[in-house]
Amino acid sequence: MNHSDSSFKQKPLIERLVLFAIALVFWLLLVWPVSPIDGRWMVGDIGVGVLVAAFVALVMHEIIRVGFIRLVNPRSWFWLFIYAFVFFYYVIKGGLDVSYRVLHPRMPIRPGIVKIKSVLQSDTGKSALANSITLTPGTLTIDVTEDGWFYVHWLNVLSTDEEEAAKHVLRRFEWFIQRIFE
Amino acid sequence: MNENIGLVLITIGVLFDLLGCVGLVRLPDVYNRIQASTKCVVLGTTLSLLGAMIWLGTAAVFVKGLLCILFLLITSSTAAHALARAAHRSGVPLAKESVVDRYEEDMQDSEISEEATL
Repeated sequence: MNHSDSSFKQKPLIERLVLFAIALVFWLLLVWPVSPIDGRWMVGDIGVGVLVAAFVALVMHEIIRVGFIRLVNPRSWFWLFIYAFVFFYYVIKGGLDVSYRVLHPRMPIRPGIVKIKSVLQSDTGKSALANSITLTPGTLTIDVTEDGWFYVHWLNVLSTDEEEAAKHVLRRFEWFIQRIFE
Repeated sequence: MNENIGLVLITIGVLFDLLGCVGLVRLPDVYNRIQASTKCVVLGTTLSLLGAMIWLGTAAVFVKGLLCILFLLITSSTAAHALARAAHRSGVPLAKESVVDRYEEDMQDSEISEEATL
């Protein structure tokens, strides 16, 4: 009981309020509480959303940090917008690439796990980069270390050299993610 | 018109989902299979959702579809990463075609240095 009390106080109120607002907005967008028949607001749905969002904001810790809130500036949003298109292009390329390898009778794969150093410092940046690597042509992040080493499973290893591999796998995203999150 | 575009997108999406399943059967080891199942299935499901959004064309469906795509991108890559890491940690070997495994090498190095310090 004491422990939960102290952790409640450690978290600033502004973080709880932001988390509450984000949870509520996501709920409202997903449920879309406007009746399709007569266009009225469905108060019951909104009420449940408020309750659930309040519960989430009370229980969850360390999802939204004050430092994270400060990151929301127009410049990151601009780069995030550009990155969404670049990312979607690589998702399509990744799907086509894997489909080609799967359908080819002799399956031209050359799998292996390579090790790549990233220049990113923040945890948010590293997770974004790891997720981007996983969703794009033939690469899958297996582990990330504290000091920025990425272990990446590669469907078609072009080079086992750290610098060469980084050029193929990671530099194309790092540039954007550095501008968005750091 | 929108109905046709939506149907085409959904068809292509289902095709990619199918290719993901083919990859799941054909590729040699667990890591390659995770790759096939994440990449093809993410692309296929995204295209199916886009198709449904265009077909139905209301604001509510549009917003829900975009949110679903966002959640799909975040969760599927996280799940793939967790599965691959767990498989490697519990000692699932790579396929014999594999050329390099730097993760295994580094894990062994750290185990040796831990034993040395003990």
